[in-house]
Amino acid sequence: MLLQSIWFFLWGLLWAVFFMTDGFDFGVGTLYPFLGKSDRDKRVMINSIGPLWDGNEVWLLTAGGVTFAAFPKVYATMFSSLYTPLMLILFSLIFRGVAFEFRGKIENAAWKKLWDTFIFLGSFLPALLFGVAFANIFQGIPFDGDGLYHGNTLKLLNPYGLLGGILFVLLFLQHGANWLNIKTTGELRQKSIAVSRKIWLVLVPVAVIFLIASYFATDLYANYFKTPVLFLIILVTVIALFATRFFIAKQSFFKAWFASALTIAGAIFFGIAGLFPRLFPSSMDKEASLTAFNASSSPLTLKIMLGVVLVVIPIVIIYQAWAYNFFKDPVTQEDLDMDEAY
Amino acid sequence: MDPVFLSRLQFATATMFHFLFVPLTLGITIIIAYMETRYAKTGEKVYLRMTKFWGKLFLINFALGVVTGITLEFQFGTNWSRYSQYVGDVFGSLLAIEASVTFFLESTFIGIWVFGWKKLSAKAHARVMWVIAAAGNLSGIWILTANGFMQHPVGYAIRNGRAELTDFFAVIFNYHSILEIFHMLPSGLLLAAFFIMGISAYHLLKKQHVELFTKSFRIGLTVGLVCSIFVAIVGDFHGVNVAKNQPAKLAAMESHWETQARAPLVLFAIPDEKQEKNRIEIGSIPGMLSFLGFHDFNAKVTGLKDIPKDERPPVLPVFIGFRTMVGIGTLLIMLTLYGWFRRDKLMESPTYLKLMLFSIPLPYIAIEMGWMVTEVGRQPWIVYGILKTAHAASPIAGIQVLFSLTGFITVYGLLGAIGFYLITKYAKQGPAATTE
Ligand code: HDD
Ligand code: HEM
Ligand code: HEM
Repeated sequence: MLLQSIWFFLWGLLWAVFFMTDGFDFGVGTLYPFLGKSDRDKRVMINSIGPLWDGNEVWLLTAGGVTFAAFPKVYATMFSSLYTPLMLILFSLIFRGVAFEFRGKIENAAWKKLWDTFIFLGSFLPALLFGVAFANIFQGIPFDGDGLYHGNTLKLLNPYGLLGGILFVLLFLQHGANWLNIKTTGELRQKSIAVSRKIWLVLVPVAVIFLIASYFATDLYANYFKTPVLFLIILVTVIALFATRFFIAKQSFFKAWFASALTIAGAIFFGIAGLFPRLFPSSMDKEASLTAFNASSSPLTLKIMLGVVLVVIPIVIIYQAWAYNFFKDPVTQEDLDMDEAY
Repeated sequence: MDPVFLSRLQFATATMFHFLFVPLTLGITIIIAYMETRYAKTGEKVYLRMTKFWGKLFLINFALGVVTGITLEFQFGTNWSRYSQYVGDVFGSLLAIEASVTFFLESTFIGIWVFGWKKLSAKAHARVMWVIAAAGNLSGIWILTANGFMQHPVGYAIRNGRAELTDFFAVIFNYHSILEIFHMLPSGLLLAAFFIMGISAYHLLKKQHVELFTKSFRIGLTVGLVCSIFVAIVGDFHGVNVAKNQPAKLAAMESHWETQARAPLVLFAIPDEKQEKNRIEIGSIPGMLSFLGFHDFNAKVTGLKDIPKDERPPVLPVFIGFRTMVGIGTLLIMLTLYGWFRRDKLMESPTYLKLMLFSIPLPYIAIEMGWMVTEVGRQPWIVYGILKTAHAASPIAGIQVLFSLTGFITVYGLLGAIGFYLITKYAKQGPAATTE
């Protein structure tokens, strides 16, 4: 029981870290066509996330891999039920990845324009679809006791699902704009600061609507009423959201960026805490829901993987933090002139 | 529209595509790390220019390797959900370790290598490349361990309707996986060596950047010679192991129908699976198959006829794949051996240089064929002896898989074409003058 509960928490944590890190890459990619007017500005934007996006994306692979190792039944049912949206996400990520690499390799306006489009789509679509997918998981997915899926992809685009998608996009836009506030200079920076303020004005009402809608569309709050201390998660999230705006106003952009990361983590944990112990609830049959207790691996596998994760993940965090620190300064002309820059 | 068949096709497309890029990454990172270390130690600019030139080609290749890998990580869940439930306890942990231990290292340090030229000392920068090389090859080790489990399952017990892990070390030290590792990782180096020699030959034929490309060629030659011999020796061990553990695969590799002692090796044949015999057989060496499989000319080798029909793999692709791989392997040894004797007279050997230029695709073909032998040869099993491929697929609609399969083929085809175009473009362009 304890082992499985720990794994449930780790599972949530890995998703949260993925969204905290790759989230700002998605945000920057979504803002890209709107803020990047000149070729130079575009390159500054790409190079602002250039050294980091691939390492961030691996959090997704780890979240996927850990789901496989610790909860094989969830891995199997979740990804086969959500086949089409997941494929769309993966193809978007494929295009985003090659777009960074290919864009600057041929000096031709049409060529660059093509990959500009893919940078945008490859960032915006995953942000939206992850939100839609998670909101639908909060509601429950129509599958039966044999793991057979009875829904269809279009039904995922129900009002609550879409609301989740919009919320994710806004969270990442905020986070991405906060990153650009750190990594850019001059006019581009003025624009990105202005945008980061505007996004916040939209994000707040959407977040409130989402919290209210969750009460009607899901049973996430059941856990909260049972264990009221959980409301602290919502409180922390709301504080982080307001701190974001406060630090933007104070021009403390690092702090603002940390605050938007915390907001994202809070949003994920809001759902995770409400789901516990369910990882993948069924909307057809409560009994079919996959939980930390009925879908986990054997105790031996859970123990070995816990050992691996507890040793490896802190090390990863240390060297990734080192890499972030390494690249914390604004992108300069010298950076852009380097042969290897994107 | 059978989802199992389509999923098989999709998985084969996706992995084979991934494997157009991975072996170069595995091998060339080691060679680049060596070049950069030479620069850090001697300060000779030519090694810096080499590092930058090969590094650029590597980075384009790397991007394609990464993006084609992402889909693989999830396909076990999307398309093989029954499989994932059945062996996730053992298999999932290997995949998770691969992601959390090695992918992180590699992708984080690649960022530092690419954008850290000005921020790091030459020594530290070279060390970063060693980390990348180690991480890439380590990830190969984990995934091959996972594959080895599917080929020759060990360290598990069937409980609660699934395979549960009982002995983690048995899984890690699975002899089958170890063979795969010692065959596969050097074949990555071998491919990288031919890649480097071929492109160097192009420039040497044009008599440009002679110093840089002579040095590169000679590094490639040494690596290629050692690895081509090593790969063939381990390949022989592989054959013996297959003969012991997967007799059906061995029989298909050799299109061998009748169980017999002193079994002959047939150099060329056209298998006829309906009539259970070979339509044409050319060049048969008595006792040779027994020797290769069991290191004993008189050993008895099981023929396909003695394997139940529903446990036989498709013969033709396995048979052809094996011959192609071994044929190319032999050729690569000869090419590097010859080159070794001409290593001081490269500029006077234009025919040899041309030959090396056109040999670039050979290791690629050998590697793809090797996987075809390994994977098609284990059919109809997905996990050898315990789970059949037909029972492993997800309960999803064929039409969904048809869509994604079409997506894979078009998207990968397009990106692959662009990728190889760019690699060719920058390979021909030669080292940049600006890096001085
Ligand atoms: C440059 C690439 C290359 C070259 C020159 C060779 N191979 Fe290979 N071979 C591979 C690349 C490869 C591979 C793609 O890497 C495989 C697929 C799976 C694996 O572990 O290695 C493989 C598999 C493979 C298998 C199947 C193992 C199994 O089913 O588990 C056998 C028996 C051999 N090889 C034997 C040989 C022999 C006797 C060679 C002699 C010249 C040889 N290979 C050259
Ligand atoms: C990267 C190199 C690889 C290549 C080129 C490759 C190639 C193939 C091919 C051609 C098939 C189709 C066989 C058939 O259905 O007749 C296949 C199937 C499959 N392979 Fe591999 N493979 C590779 C590595 C791996 C690894 C490392 C794993 C697991 C860790 C793996 C797992 C599978 C699975 C699950 C299937 C689908 C089921 C099946 O058809 O057996 N493959 N692969
Ligand atoms: C079917 C099984 C396989 C799966 C699920 C898989 C998964 C992946 C994934 C997700 C990535 C991207 C990592 C990133 O974003 O950095 C990747 C890249 C990589 N894979 Fe695979 N892979 C498979 C087969 C193999 C095999 C057989 C090897 C080696 C022997 C290998 C070696 C690598 C390496 C070295 C990289 C990083 C470099 C590059 O992408 O070029 N993979 N793989």
